[in-house]
Amino acid sequence: MKNVYFDNNATTCVAPEVVEAMLPFLTDYWGNPSSMHHFGGQVGRHVEEARAKVAALINADPSEIVFTSCGTESDNMALVGAAEAAGKGTRIVTTRVEHPAVLSPCRHLKELGYDIVELGVDASGQLDLSALRKAVAAGPCIVSIMWANNETGVIFPIEEIAQIVKGAGGVLHTDAVQAAGKLPIDVATTPIDMLSMSGHKLHAPKGVGILYVRKGTKLKTFMLGGHQESGRRAGTENVPYIVGLGKACELAASSIDEERTRVAALRDRLESGLLASCTDTIVNGAGAPRLPNTTNISFQFIEGEAILYHLSDAGVAASSGSACTSGSLEPSHVIRAMGVPFTSAHGSIRFSLSRYSTEEEVDYVIEHMPPIVAKLRELSPFA
Amino acid sequence: MWDYTDKVLDHFKNPRNVGVVENADGVGEVGSLACGDALKLTFKLDDDGRIADAKFQTFGCASAIASSSALTEIIKGMTLEEAANVTNQDIADYLGGLPEQKMHCSVMGREALEVAIENYRTGETSKKILEGKVICTCFGITEEEVQRVVRDNELTTVEQVTNYCKAGGGCGGCTPDIERIIEEARLEREKSAPAPPAPKMTILQKIRLIEETIDREIRPMLQRDGGDLELIDVDGDRVIISFRGMCAQCNVAEFTMKDVVEAKLKEFVSPQIVVEEDKS
Repeated sequence: MKNVYFDNNATTCVAPEVVEAMLPFLTDYWGNPSSMHHFGGQVGRHVEEARAKVAALINADPSEIVFTSCGTESDNMALVGAAEAAGKGTRIVTTRVEHPAVLSPCRHLKELGYDIVELGVDASGQLDLSALRKAVAAGPCIVSIMWANNETGVIFPIEEIAQIVKGAGGVLHTDAVQAAGKLPIDVATTPIDMLSMSGHKLHAPKGVGILYVRKGTKLKTFMLGGHQESGRRAGTENVPYIVGLGKACELAASSIDEERTRVAALRDRLESGLLASCTDTIVNGAGAPRLPNTTNISFQFIEGEAILYHLSDAGVAASSGSACTSGSLEPSHVIRAMGVPFTSAHGSIRFSLSRYSTEEEVDYVIEHMPPIVAKLRELSPFA
Repeated sequence: MWDYTDKVLDHFKNPRNVGVVENADGVGEVGSLACGDALKLTFKLDDDGRIADAKFQTFGCASAIASSSALTEIIKGMTLEEAANVTNQDIADYLGGLPEQKMHCSVMGREALEVAIENYRTGETSKKILEGKVICTCFGITEEEVQRVVRDNELTTVEQVTNYCKAGGGCGGCTPDIERIIEEARLEREKSAPAPPAPKMTILQKIRLIEETIDREIRPMLQRDGGDLELIDVDGDRVIISFRGMCAQCNVAEFTMKDVVEAKLKEFVSPQIVVEEDKS
């Protein structure tokens, strides 16, 4: 059986070069970088090298990179830290299609007395920038808007958003967990204050992430304890994973062009192939600029979980915005925010590729999808 | 992935009885695209009134498809009276169990069956029997439906109710209603439950209680007719008595003993009491 992994927005395989870079820090160089002896000294240098590689991917200064345990921690640190620094009652502007790692802390902050504004999106998943202008006009505020959406791949115009927010005197955080490594990011020219990244979305292992914090950004310390990360994030550095993330960022920087050309071409081939071979399909977010690796297709009149189980039997890994896959009863909040009708929302399937994806795999999925759709539609009272 | 049993996966991948029975005697359609699952059940009866054929069409996840397939297998060969007694738990049991969050799939099966039977009996094609006061407006679930799943499955939390019939899974506005229904069902269960077993007595306490019962409930009745009785012995639940006075010669003493003495002792001491007469 073929093994096709098209769920790279959920997590990615660890690149062999990353594993290789990490291994010495699990076997020989296991010291604590804070220690005043050679065990520690010989690893601290590698943490700083990794920091420089991460900074290079987004054109930041290494001193502006804070290592964390994951993207969720980075989002929490940015939102809670900026909110506490700004004080209760401050307005926090975000969107309805953010990842739960942003939406949940925002809803928590709302209970604590912050003024939360959630901006909607249109049918193609795009923001109404005039609504953003209005939301930030009232005075100093914190804005958290994702760079690219994990479910649909829709890219928000962060350049323009940054101009609007900075023009109004606000603080801007962006969740770039899906964008990093797939799109060029340059914080030297884009006035973002904070940016979250996650290791395991760009071929580093799970358990490591970063928050970019522009110099001068007011941020209350989120994780309290020791002096690590210049006092911005306590806890002994996860050296092997930090080294791995550094290597992964170095690899990502050199493959960004491939993402935008070869991976994008594969995604387009998959999308047009599936649309040609399966009837009654809708591409969610089709009208908007999207990540090169992601396509989200609704197969009408059938349900996502059932599709995924059949795909999995054929050796294909994907994901769905269907209610049933999450154990909740409602389909994906992103798909619903776009106003996708229920007839399509429950049957939405996300295929997310990576630079390891091949044309052969794409053709395999194009070949195996139609019989699955046909089988489930034969069962469906609506088809 | 869900922890589905092999039987769920088998019925999902190889669903039995897919389609629509021609000239069906009963048709039941429940659920909707908006809800994320829907089921159309059709059946045909044979000359003896048994379900000769049953087919389904389902929009839904793996467990919804498996539950529908299981339902058609369960009801084939049943009379409508038998089919009417099929519960959602029967469907889940047939599949070797369902994850708690997926129990609503089995409830959908039972609902479709209910509607199909009603359709056969009354010709109603709509979900008339499921109509009533809708308490969960997000998923269109009625008070009766919530009462039914709470009763059939002895549910005790709102979360369970959501897992079984979706009610409460949207805006959460009906949470107080669901809590009230759970409480009403709990009180109902308590009322119909058998009385708790009598506390265990020592033999001395038992003898004392027997004597008190005789003095208060039995002796005055016998004395009105010039009779009396004496407690001779207590051996576990065996109570040995001896009639005195008029009772000793009475030819209906046998009835007195069973209908009065034993009945009163059973009522006030223990249902296990057996009374014997010492005629020596």
